[in-house]
Amino acid sequence: MIRRTEELVIIGGGPAGLAAALGAWQKGCRRVLLLERDRDLGGILNQCIHNGFGLHTFKEELTGPEYAERYVQMVKQEGIPCLLQTIVTDIALLADGRKRVTAMNRSQGLLEIITDGVILAMGCRERPRGALNIPGYRPAGIYSAGTAQYYVNIEGRLPGREVVILGSGDIGLIMARRMVLEGAKVHCVAELRSKSGGLKRNIVQCLEDFGIPLYLNTTVCNIHGKNRVEGVTLTRVDEKGNPVPGTQWEVSCDTLLLSCGLIPENELSEKLSLKMDVKTGGPVVSQDLECSVAGVFACGNVLHVHELVDQVSKEAARAGASAAEYVKQAYLRK
Amino acid sequence: MEKENKTEKGLSESRKLTCICCPVGCELTVSQKEGGTVTVTGNRCPRGAAYGEKEVTNPTRIVTSTVRAAGGRSQMVPVKTASEIPKEKIMECIRELSGVTITLPIKTGDVVLENVAGTGVNIVATRSIE
Repeated sequence: MIRRTEELVIIGGGPAGLAAALGAWQKGCRRVLLLERDRDLGGILNQCIHNGFGLHTFKEELTGPEYAERYVQMVKQEGIPCLLQTIVTDIALLADGRKRVTAMNRSQGLLEIITDGVILAMGCRERPRGALNIPGYRPAGIYSAGTAQYYVNIEGRLPGREVVILGSGDIGLIMARRMVLEGAKVHCVAELRSKSGGLKRNIVQCLEDFGIPLYLNTTVCNIHGKNRVEGVTLTRVDEKGNPVPGTQWEVSCDTLLLSCGLIPENELSEKLSLKMDVKTGGPVVSQDLECSVAGVFACGNVLHVHELVDQVSKEAARAGASAAEYVKQAYLRK
Repeated sequence: MEKENKTEKGLSESRKLTCICCPVGCELTVSQKEGGTVTVTGNRCPRGAAYGEKEVTNPTRIVTSTVRAAGGRSQMVPVKTASEIPKEKIMECIRELSGVTITLPIKTGDVVLENVAGTGVNIVATRSIE
């Protein structure tokens, strides 16, 4: 096992981790290590090939990969150390107030990093089918919208040809358009609530531009098919979200995409027993983005789900600066 | 996109649109007089006015997609139109891209396809891949 000592470890190399690393670096923190489990930096932005990113940060409209690349370039120019394809499995608080981060990768095996500060920047996950309580078998053809996005944009595979989308979050709307452009038929988007969860611009340019209907107060109440999805039953719902009898109709399809919300990914935060906020699903933080354990900071979608990446970058830069200050104070105490 | 016919003199048509220039999504009302003069209300910035006018005269979009890649560690390269193209050219643009395979490495901004769908607009890569 390799043991090393750092002043600041950043977990996650997406938009939050990159901006946090730069924020700490610009405040003079030099013993920084960024850990990323994927083979590239940039996180989910790499599969978000649509435009609309960076209006605040760069004053121009960029695609996800372009936005990510600008931050990756800055991190590389500064020479901030990053370990790719490295997954963090544990964080523990030591008696002297430092933290022990356990990670592993193929070339080095198990790593144990003792550090003063930690920045949590693990992002979020999509709410899966299991959390939605939709009856029916477990046939092939049910994907979260982000998974379908990965297949189409990164791997070049089309997950299906006849599509129904449940949930009108932005990823679902973006994927409605993407699937149409790749040759699929998108029958409709069903949204349980009376209002779309996505941006208005995405309703216009992803649904209206392509004549895809959006059914509000509507949900999927049954999935048909045993080996492969063969169709879904849609139903209107009342204001409490309960199905209204007699309003059901069937749509035949081979694919159901789910875009039903994002959940901060806090398995690692739980290892530190951080105080959590039930409303955001992320840790409780101070105005300096410090969690309930001193020297642990959180930013980006692991803290709460943001609408825009520009907000994530701004918040993460602040977390980086706060962490640099903590590290400095920890050094002065020694 | 709702249409509403106004009987006021000189106003031939007025449409309600949602601006797509930024996440604010202003609700625009775009009126076109018979002479062709377009007035936009409801916008919070000049981009909204320009969008509203364009949307009723010549609607355009940035198109983003992917093309196949060979010779590197990635199967797909994300691309976009270097500027907006007419909305009705979107599918033709996508069809042309489906026949394109590029050889890696590539840098962001490199031209992948010139004059897509006869629009005079180039397709450029949006990610550098080795």
